[in-house]
Amino acid sequence: MKKKKPTAADQTFNVFNYLLFGIFTLICIYPFYYMVINTISANDLSAAGSINFLPKGLHMDNYKALLEIKGLGSAALVSIGKTVIGTVLTVLSSAFLGFMFTQDKMWKRKFWYRFVVITMYFNAGLIPMFLTMKNLHLTNTFWVYVIPTIVQPFNIILVKTYVESLPKALQEAAEIDGAGIFKVFYKVVLPTCTPILATVAIFSAVNQWNSYQDTLIYVTEQKLYSLQYLLYTYINQASSLAAMVKNSGTAAVSAAALATQQTGTSIRMTVSVIVVLPILCIYPMFQRFFVKGIMIGSVKG
Amino acid sequence: MKKSKAAAKSQPLPKAKDKRGLQYFLWIVPFLILVFLFSYFPLHGWIYAFFDYKPPRSLSDCDFVGLQWFQMLFTNKTQVSQLIQVMKNTFAMSLLGIATSILPVAFAIFLNEIKCKWFKTFVQTFTTLPNFISWVLVYSVAFSLFSSTGMVNGFLENMGIITDPIKFLDNDSHTYLWMLMWNTWKGLGWGAIMYLASIAGIDQEQYEAASIDGANRFQLMRHITLPALMPTFFIMLMLAISNFLNNGLDQYFVFQNSFNKEHIQVLDLYVYNIGMTGSSYSLATAISMLKSIVSVALLTIVNYISKKTRGESIV
Repeated sequence: MKKKKPTAADQTFNVFNYLLFGIFTLICIYPFYYMVINTISANDLSAAGSINFLPKGLHMDNYKALLEIKGLGSAALVSIGKTVIGTVLTVLSSAFLGFMFTQDKMWKRKFWYRFVVITMYFNAGLIPMFLTMKNLHLTNTFWVYVIPTIVQPFNIILVKTYVESLPKALQEAAEIDGAGIFKVFYKVVLPTCTPILATVAIFSAVNQWNSYQDTLIYVTEQKLYSLQYLLYTYINQASSLAAMVKNSGTAAVSAAALATQQTGTSIRMTVSVIVVLPILCIYPMFQRFFVKGIMIGSVKG
Repeated sequence: MKKSKAAAKSQPLPKAKDKRGLQYFLWIVPFLILVFLFSYFPLHGWIYAFFDYKPPRSLSDCDFVGLQWFQMLFTNKTQVSQLIQVMKNTFAMSLLGIATSILPVAFAIFLNEIKCKWFKTFVQTFTTLPNFISWVLVYSVAFSLFSSTGMVNGFLENMGIITDPIKFLDNDSHTYLWMLMWNTWKGLGWGAIMYLASIAGIDQEQYEAASIDGANRFQLMRHITLPALMPTFFIMLMLAISNFLNNGLDQYFVFQNSFNKEHIQVLDLYVYNIGMTGSSYSLATAISMLKSIVSVALLTIVNYISKKTRGESIV
């Protein structure tokens, strides 16, 4: 484009524009930064609210202390388990169903496709869902986290649209070579679908990791709590946790002990950092998949 | 979906009795069973709305009460006033959400005006991040910053502005606005991504032609960029309307406490509260049943409007 002399209005606009976006971005980053620096700073300073911009009195005791908290280990296992198993199952089923629904030969294909897809638009509601899970004996089991999420209509639409965009000749060539439907699926379709499957995988992994409603509604046994739900209970107990710690700690008042002694705040923030860390780590690497996912989703027919 | 149908019809039909057709179907049966179990089968639970269901007993031991719960919803005085408050909250949150749905559009248009490439990437990366953390973590962030021992209170106390901590969270003033704020913090950057992609698809020649005709930067934004985003905005608006009653439970449950209960209880949270914690399963089912029916009706209406005005359905 032809360069024009920037007018005064242009300049003012630029300044405000950069300023606004700068501030909003900082607002998005700062809370994470704040939590991280507070977990590695002296706990007495942190509890007094004087760690705002830079960490003071660095130590890693908060992270070491996590190992001793009862229930945290099993919650981490549950969260990792449901993320890994749930994601693998969802990806495989979305790939398979997305592919199968492109097979014109299938008996009543269109009907079954609609049978699956229409479930996106209604739901029975909380109580009927709960009673169903209970009747299926899924409540208070690990499987309540993964089995209901295996078939995801939206993901199936994504994969189906993608497979339809591939040249038909691929499958036909393989079939002429004598490949059955499964061989076509894992030798031809699966490898060519990796971009869309990666997108599906990332989204379902984030959803599994972040969900707490499943624990809230279907699980009462503490050893099956997910990390997110455990964190929620910690936040609500923060004040009582802190009171407990303070009462037991009045005997030892040396400054060094105070700096590394666990408080309700330190436990809460450290667990928060642990919970958000996987997201912070994978997010920069996979951002393009997220963007691609929403784009494909928005143009679906 | 529509296109593939047409394509399938134009091809020569496979032999009517192709064995493979049935075989293919059998392979997907296990998945169809899952769909049935977790999407269709739970609908049978709606009959609980017509019984006086007391959990440990089986349904056959409970009294059939017909429409008693539905009548109670609209005649019992305390019930009606509760429901009115809940509907007020639901409408307020949804309307605020719809009113601010223009923000991502503005975000995209203005971000597009930033020419410094690394800054743009930086903004885009970090403003979308909050969308990928759970509501529990958002609550943890809120707690860290705004609880009585949180960062904001600590800062104000250290500055000597206040002596007693301000209760931001255990408080029922401006609940709607607080919820809107967290919603915006979490969703704004992500909401803008779709619009940014639409902007990337605008023909650059339009801008050049308009500049040659003497349009300034603001006129370009107003008359070229903004109109190009309207179709996407319309779809998002329609989806928002069809989800008017579905505020979800995630956000409101974590922020709920005994202080703000009156204004934070949206329909989904209300159903949870009376059903799961209050154990009136039947009443909760009756409410969520009405909610589901209204939602499906809204979706149908919105879809109809979309077909009439744009010639395209949204579902």
